[in-house]
Amino acid sequence: MSVLDSKIPEGHISEKWTNHKNHLKLVAPNNRPKIDVIVVGTGLAGASAAASLGEMGYNVKAFCFQDSPRRAHSIAAQGGINAAKNYQNDGDSVYRLFYDTIKGGDYRAREANVHRLAEVSGNIIDQCVAQGVPFAREYGGLLDNRSFGGTQVQRTFYAAGQTGQQLLLGAYSALSRQIGLGRVKMYNRHEMLELVKVDGKARGIIARNLVTGELERHSAHAVVLATGGYGNVYFLSTNAMGSNVTAAWKVHKQGAYFANPCYVQIHPTCIPVHGTNQSKLTLMSESLRNSGRIWVPKKKEDAEAIRAGKLKPTQIAEEDRDYYLERRYPAFGNLVPRDIASRAAKERCDAGFGIEANDTNEGVYLDFSTEVKNKGKQAAYAAGDHNPSEEKITQLGKKWLEEKYGNLFQMYEKITGENPYETPMKIYPAVHYTMGGVWVDYNLQSSIPGCFVTGEANFSDHGANRLGASALMQGLADGYFVLPYTLSNYLADDIRTGKISTDLPEFEAAENNVKTQIEKFINNKGTKSVDYYHKKLGLIMWNKVGMGRSEEGLKEAIAEIDALKAEFHSNVYVPGDANELNPELEKALRVADFIELGQLMAKDALQRNESCGGHFREEYQDAEGETLRDDENFKFVGAWEYKGEDIKEEVLHKEELKYEFIKIAARNYK
Amino acid sequence: MAAKTINITLKIWRQKNSKTEGKLETYKLDNVSTASSFLEMLDQLNEQLINEQKEPVAFDHDCREGICGMCSLYINGRAHGPDTGTTTCQLHMRMFNDGDTIYVEPWRSRAFPIVKDLIVDRSAFDRIQQAGGFVSVNTSGRTMDANAIPVPKDDADKAFEAAACIGCGACVATCKNGSAMLFVGAKVSQYALLPQGQVEATQRALNMVRQMDEEGFGNCTNTGACEIECPKGISLDNIARLNREFLKASLKSEK
Repeated sequence: MSVLDSKIPEGHISEKWTNHKNHLKLVAPNNRPKIDVIVVGTGLAGASAAASLGEMGYNVKAFCFQDSPRRAHSIAAQGGINAAKNYQNDGDSVYRLFYDTIKGGDYRAREANVHRLAEVSGNIIDQCVAQGVPFAREYGGLLDNRSFGGTQVQRTFYAAGQTGQQLLLGAYSALSRQIGLGRVKMYNRHEMLELVKVDGKARGIIARNLVTGELERHSAHAVVLATGGYGNVYFLSTNAMGSNVTAAWKVHKQGAYFANPCYVQIHPTCIPVHGTNQSKLTLMSESLRNSGRIWVPKKKEDAEAIRAGKLKPTQIAEEDRDYYLERRYPAFGNLVPRDIASRAAKERCDAGFGIEANDTNEGVYLDFSTEVKNKGKQAAYAAGDHNPSEEKITQLGKKWLEEKYGNLFQMYEKITGENPYETPMKIYPAVHYTMGGVWVDYNLQSSIPGCFVTGEANFSDHGANRLGASALMQGLADGYFVLPYTLSNYLADDIRTGKISTDLPEFEAAENNVKTQIEKFINNKGTKSVDYYHKKLGLIMWNKVGMGRSEEGLKEAIAEIDALKAEFHSNVYVPGDANELNPELEKALRVADFIELGQLMAKDALQRNESCGGHFREEYQDAEGETLRDDENFKFVGAWEYKGEDIKEEVLHKEELKYEFIKIAARNYK
Repeated sequence: MAAKTINITLKIWRQKNSKTEGKLETYKLDNVSTASSFLEMLDQLNEQLINEQKEPVAFDHDCREGICGMCSLYINGRAHGPDTGTTTCQLHMRMFNDGDTIYVEPWRSRAFPIVKDLIVDRSAFDRIQQAGGFVSVNTSGRTMDANAIPVPKDDADKAFEAAACIGCGACVATCKNGSAMLFVGAKVSQYALLPQGQVEATQRALNMVRQMDEEGFGNCTNTGACEIECPKGISLDNIARLNREFLKASLKSEK
């Protein structure tokens, strides 16, 4: 038997979670204040967990590196959150959300986890509305929905293009209430730099106060990581600048297995790269694919003329446009899942049809002109004008677009200097979300007892590809509705433990370990900045562990990262002191971990001799360029065990995935 | 729009920490792409400083897409710089010309003490939120169906527009009185416009205003600068609504 025990409960899929909850141990209200819990990260998963645990009566300490918990990167999620409410009467159900998510994940996620997620999805919407989250509504006063990729129903709830913001502010309000009541102690501008284990259990963390530089010891009976994803390993991604893998990587080094690191989501609709000083990439919400049609010119000479500035996209006639998603995937069209849309864009650009005049010619159009006509006409009819002029239609259509996507269109214009109401948006895929993460069992506990991992930081619910509007769902499901039960079950054995002392030798050793790393960087006196190395790492990752991967490229990446790691540690220059606010030091500590993780991602991609979801191995594709999965040999979660400094020595453990309730099949969106 | 490069002079506020005095330092920066964002320009300056083995400029930033509210900066005397409806991270260098001198300062407000260089402490906003910026429902998910109470679209839209506040503090930094009324007004309005916020409306208005005063923010004299500089277009209507809510609460309250 594998060392990985997923602890999936027995019984029918629809009863597993209910039965499991009924048999979990509880902690009585009078015992909860005797128990300390640390929550690291205050995005949707962390803020909801800290608020819920505080409300239950546990002593909670919450940590975030930003200046306020409200800034966590969940806030940037745009399009929406899925829930199987079937408010639109289009045949949605818990089963369909479950099925779509498993299929969307290319049959590489656990059935039981995903079903639980679908089961609690409706509660999330109820909860958020009760908290005063202002979702979009219809004129009748009821909640509005839209469609997202990989589905044929409308189950996505939204608040303009700022759904993540509204949900996070909802969770932040719940957290703020608990802080005000004294049940949660909040540590802003603090970064977790080490996990402290006592007798094999997670019992605390070492955190650095980012303002004073002081290292602090914090003890608890359990540690929850809700620290987000690791997309910034690519340097350029849609993640916030501070998003990092450090907390997750530290627990990995302490013995928690890291699962499926190679599963990275490249989002199809981001604003293309402008130049070498670019610091991050900006997403244009998937929701735009409800209204926008993606195309490139049919003729190469047109693409060349556009890049040379001799032709405008609006001058290309309808019949000379290649709506390649509609052509290749008629059943889902522009709303195919993200991995498929991204690869299709790359295929067209690699073939020479890209339209952006940057170094790589990488860009395709997202065009709203058809929608302007359709919606303009509808709006005119609704207003009683059954014979509207072209101008009236255009004007009303643009107004409709502005209502639905105003903030996104404005954001696009600010960044590019072009008006997307008049000319199609230029977009290209960019690193967005990481499906891989710390391995957890059904209870969200990692392979270290007492160390729980939620949200994007764990690997659990999205398989090899996440569907749009499912990240917000998972973050809140984990924090509000799963962790409070499963963590209590664990803590039930700790009611007599008493306070964990921070004077224990384990705390001292952990603190010294962190201190040594920091001093090494401060005293290094190299010549190159942290960003210099981070950008180098990003290029290796994007070119060789990005949208297309090959055995040869991955082997090269592993060797190149080895060399980069050595050079980084010998030659990086970190100005300033350890005992002050020092952003360069913060970055150095994070990049050191990204380098190691990057190598593990390449190693994981190399062992997975198949293509699935976001993981595309060029050797494994069919004649039409679609992914070729190998269910016989790779229907498993790949969880890596740390074996010391050399990441190449990490050992793979396999958790076999069983599909009992969904028939595993080729993923087809045609 | 084709990008070009410009050469600029920067006058930047440098201050080691909250206990020391600060001053403006001058830096020359060449070859700045007009396609860069303002913060990417600062990255470029920092890279230059690091290569000269000097200490880079500390500034707050995170999402760089105008939504987290972490970036700030007074640029040429305006919060978030010369463009309207934008945060500093979304301000682009195409707004500037070759040869420009650009002044970069931190938020200036008594309630936002300087931490280092361009970084200020805005935790006062968190404490105002903790005083009443919430609905006291537990997080069980067992409330009532989300569609049980219809909310007029107009109210929902207005609540959303108020809730779009990113908590950056530009309103406070811009206000000659250092008032936080736009921030507090937006939060109180969001709940005042929704049925879910009604139950605690009285306590919320009183508690949030009390906390705002305790934090040392100034009073509102209806100048309206906050609305003009707000990157998210939060309307002055929210201040009017806060005043109504506060008056109503003061009359109703038995305390």
